[in-house]
Amino acid sequence: MRINCPICGARDRREFYYMGADDFLDRPEAGDQDAMHRYLHIRENPAGVTRDLWHHEAGCASWLVVDRNVSTHEILGVTLASKVAS
Amino acid sequence: MVKLTETSACAGLLPVSHSGVTLRELDATAITSLAPYNGAEKAVSTALKRAIGAGLPDAGRLIAGPKGCILWTGRGQYFVLGGTLPKLKAATTDQTDAWACVALEGPAASDVLARLCPLDTGAMDEGDVARSLIGHMSAIIIRRSDGYDLMVFRSMARTLVHEVETVMKSLAAQARL
Repeated sequence: MRINCPICGARDRREFYYMGADDFLDRPEAGDQDAMHRYLHIRENPAGVTRDLWHHEAGCASWLVVDRNVSTHEILGVTLASKVAS
Repeated sequence: MVKLTETSACAGLLPVSHSGVTLRELDATAITSLAPYNGAEKAVSTALKRAIGAGLPDAGRLIAGPKGCILWTGRGQYFVLGGTLPKLKAATTDQTDAWACVALEGPAASDVLARLCPLDTGAMDEGDVARSLIGHMSAIIIRRSDGYDLMVFRSMARTLVHEVETVMKSLAAQARL
């Protein structure tokens, strides 16, 4: 599997670390217990297209938002996380 | 006060050569990590051009100036090799002596790296810089005209030499078959 880092270009999966679903980009307001519970613990687990956060750990150190199909290992899109959530 | 003896990261380990590929330690140079503050890239680049004759390179490149060389080393991060830095709108830290810096040279240098690095280093052009892995070590890889400069954390010096030399010996042995 190769991920096309917007800064470094297509790189091997070994250079990246999986950081979880992109839900982590939408932190709820403080005080909303239910939303915080969902934010921390509740995840979809689809067989198909997912949107994840990856860290280019051994490369440029960017956080990336990666759309990929977990059934086919196809990478559908890669964006800098800073462009998605600023 | 105790008088400490200065030694380089790979002292006693290098140089090694096998089948025309050589791994040798690079001469010590000042290394400064530089991260421009938000929006200050242009000002930092101009100030650096004035001070050492080289500005900030694009991602994956280096620029060599008369008084120092600037490497891209990550997102919003650069290393300045040599030179004295003026006051800059950037976070700087002294990294001198924190890195083991070696040169891998010879016609088969890219064959050696191909066994160790997930990146296609053979496709790099002279002056290209990449952050990638050598074995399990985070590394800076610089393409030179006759090979590669490799930089890993100083504490990994012995591992780096061991890993690279093992591959050099293996390739040399296969060439003799």
